[in-house]
Amino acid sequence: MTTQLMINGTSYDVALPDDVPLLWVLRDEIGLTGTKFGCGVAACGACTVQIDGEAVRSCQVALADVWGDVTTIEGLGNPGNMATIQQAWVDHQVAQCGYCQSGQIMNASVLLDDIPQPSDQDIDDAMQGNLCRCGTYPRIRAAIKDAAQRIMDEV
Amino acid sequence: MGRIKTIARRSFLIGSAAIVGGVAFGVYQVNKDAPNPLVAGDGEATLNPFVLITQDGVTLIAPRAEMGQGVQTTLAALAAEELDVAWEDITVLHGPPAQAYYNSVFLGFAIPGAHYKDTPFKHGLRQQVGKIGKLLDLQGTGGSTSMKDFYERMRHAGASGREALKIAAAKQLGVDVAELTTQDSAVITPDGTRIPYSDLVEAARDVTPPDVELRDKSTWKYLGKPMPRIDMVGKSTGTAQYATDIQMDGMKFATVRMSPTRNGMISYDDSIAKDMDGVEAIIDMGDGIAVIATNTWLAIQAAEAVDITWARAAYPADTAGLRAAIVASLDDEPNSVVRDDGDVNAAIAGTEVTAEYYVPWLAHTTMEPMTATAHFTGDTLEVWSGNQAPTATRDACAKAVGLDPAQVTLNTTMMGGAFGRRGESDFSVQAALIAKAMPNTPIRMTWSREEDIRNDFFRPAIVAQFRGVVQDGKAAIVDGKIAGPSVFHISSLRQQGSIPPGPDRLHVEGAADQPYGIPNFRIAGHLTDMDVPLGFWRSVGASANGFMLDTFIDEMAHAAGADPLQFRLDLARAEHAPSAAVIEAVGDMSGWTGSTPDGIGRGVAFTHSFGTPVAEVIEVEDTGNGIKINKCWISADLGVVLDPSIVEAQMTSGVIYGLSAAMQGEITFSDGIAEQENFYDYDAVRMHTVPEFEVRLLENNPFIGGAGEPSTPPSMPALGNALFDLTGTRARELPLIKTFDLIL
Repeated sequence: MTTQLMINGTSYDVALPDDVPLLWVLRDEIGLTGTKFGCGVAACGACTVQIDGEAVRSCQVALADVWGDVTTIEGLGNPGNMATIQQAWVDHQVAQCGYCQSGQIMNASVLLDDIPQPSDQDIDDAMQGNLCRCGTYPRIRAAIKDAAQRIMDEV
Repeated sequence: MGRIKTIARRSFLIGSAAIVGGVAFGVYQVNKDAPNPLVAGDGEATLNPFVLITQDGVTLIAPRAEMGQGVQTTLAALAAEELDVAWEDITVLHGPPAQAYYNSVFLGFAIPGAHYKDTPFKHGLRQQVGKIGKLLDLQGTGGSTSMKDFYERMRHAGASGREALKIAAAKQLGVDVAELTTQDSAVITPDGTRIPYSDLVEAARDVTPPDVELRDKSTWKYLGKPMPRIDMVGKSTGTAQYATDIQMDGMKFATVRMSPTRNGMISYDDSIAKDMDGVEAIIDMGDGIAVIATNTWLAIQAAEAVDITWARAAYPADTAGLRAAIVASLDDEPNSVVRDDGDVNAAIAGTEVTAEYYVPWLAHTTMEPMTATAHFTGDTLEVWSGNQAPTATRDACAKAVGLDPAQVTLNTTMMGGAFGRRGESDFSVQAALIAKAMPNTPIRMTWSREEDIRNDFFRPAIVAQFRGVVQDGKAAIVDGKIAGPSVFHISSLRQQGSIPPGPDRLHVEGAADQPYGIPNFRIAGHLTDMDVPLGFWRSVGASANGFMLDTFIDEMAHAAGADPLQFRLDLARAEHAPSAAVIEAVGDMSGWTGSTPDGIGRGVAFTHSFGTPVAEVIEVEDTGNGIKINKCWISADLGVVLDPSIVEAQMTSGVIYGLSAAMQGEITFSDGIAEQENFYDYDAVRMHTVPEFEVRLLENNPFIGGAGEPSTPPSMPALGNALFDLTGTRARELPLIKTFDLIL
């Protein structure tokens, strides 16, 4: 049987068992490899994507349970046309190994949707589920605050 | 060549006598250029192993693996500084495994003596010995060596490329080369005409590039400034490619379960697993199994459903047994006494201080678990792997599948963290073997997080006993014994098949080599004979010894009634001015007064490692709901700061990695198997627990130092010393969560 998914504005028919997590549908079936596998148990946030604008750990959402439109890092922007938050990441030179950064950005962009001017405490609360072993947190914090300001200025 | 390699492997990795002999023996081979592995395509010209001119711009080979440390950017900047190429025209590739990209620093570590004592002569000797790495095809990223290795090499590559392009232009135009200059990827003629490098491709093909003088530091345009990282857009848009992201038609997905006792497999039953959804094959890997499926998750599910009986571990089965064996080796003859100043048994009246320290087993836990992609066709093998040792990885894959290394193409990809873990070739070899079991099918192999922790090559637990005497407020005696299994010996046995003779300096680095003028100072290294697989964990020996020696220095300062920062400064000032300067700087930055308000604690620590002295001050606060780390000040001296933004990031990164371990990192063993499974029981610093940072970089050091590792060792004692200042409790064991109510 096939399941229909809407991902980054494109419709896909997926022929995989119902219980395969969205993460592995995206990576192995659709070929959207920007979303990363880190732990498989929602403990690191590397696989964060958005479903109907909500940040979710795609390793914990079964194919059959995907309840809305999926946005991945590839849908947020691309190298020639980056989203404001991605541009802030580049300007602050955030990434080191970069492996966790798709998840960090997808999570941070929902934070800014929910709280346009987040405090340090808001950032701590929203981002503590996203692990970074290189320790890029200080620059992530700076980039989030900068992106918040830019988005305010754009409006 | 084969014989030279054999001899070299046997004798050069060792003590100084054999190496000095080796220099004399191999001087011709050492100084001869390695062949250029780049093959220029149509409309391209390769000027040397590092510079490829194409129709679109300039491709620079940065043959050190990008694990997040920014190496591709700074290696590119080094070449571009001399090549006069516009930053936006640059493409960077890692390049193939090749002798031309050998590591010219590794073998220099074998020269005895602490690095801080290096004279220009001794520094030169290390460089000469390092060149023997070429004979061994010793290509590797690690030991914080990349900038030492390429500070001059990469600039020479850029300079000789530039001169070749000018010669080509001079021939084409029929003018004297001296009349030409270069700017922004073009040769400029006397009348101001720009000839883009890409237009000189044909003419440059036959030019033999000359050696030229390097430009003076005062003229630098790229170096010494924060450059936009080459990999930043890719990593901010999900388009950077790791080994786990390779996509090919007809690809299948695999995972492994290898022996967690590290001693093989007795039997397995795959009767349930083989009929599970998506499973295409289950492979007997000898010491474990692999599953090939239509999807990675389906492969992992099936692998977990295989019922496996493992052989018992060859080492003590639990943490207590392992620790007892390490403690027992303190009574054995020492393997090394590389620091033995004065007489530690001298009868000196004063206050005696004694302490025993323990640091636990640690895993690397890179964000990307071990992954590799492979495609085997019968007479060729192509592997994509984020690895720190390309030549060794290629050779190991070739041997495993029964091909010649020349039949193996190894692509070294971006890596999702390494910290020393990806110097091993185990995961690349597994992907190669799985691909061989299903020829002509590309295989993407991914380990589960649980597999990644269980089958890590661990940082060993270490025990140390220290005795010291303080007299008149100063350290008069420090006598330390450091015991544990040898990372260097166990990894050498695994990779080269033999244990190098001579003292194991890595085992005592961070303690025996510290720039402290203590009149009676002895550090003995005791090795525990133990078969737990060990590997290089960010800052290696200094990751343990930095904590133990510096904590002891702090205990002595308190016994002496001295200010801990001033106590260290007095010890360093007599021995090494750049080290003293970083201690002074961190005191200045942090506004160190030696006293703190109630509810606040501060600790200072210092370690000289990988050629770089680093001092840190950490401030902690008792919030009433647990202790949090407020702030960390770092001062370091790398001699020359090639990219301040990248170096700052490495300094804070190294501290966060160290604090993660110091606060809560511990691998424990039961039934010979690592008990931790995932980030829920092997966690690290996160956004809400990270301190604020301030970094100051000095440039007094006469030689360029490493960046990736040296900030890690002092982070652990700085935290412990701050907690002592806050609470009056001295923790002599890590992780600190066992002693203190830290906010995690």
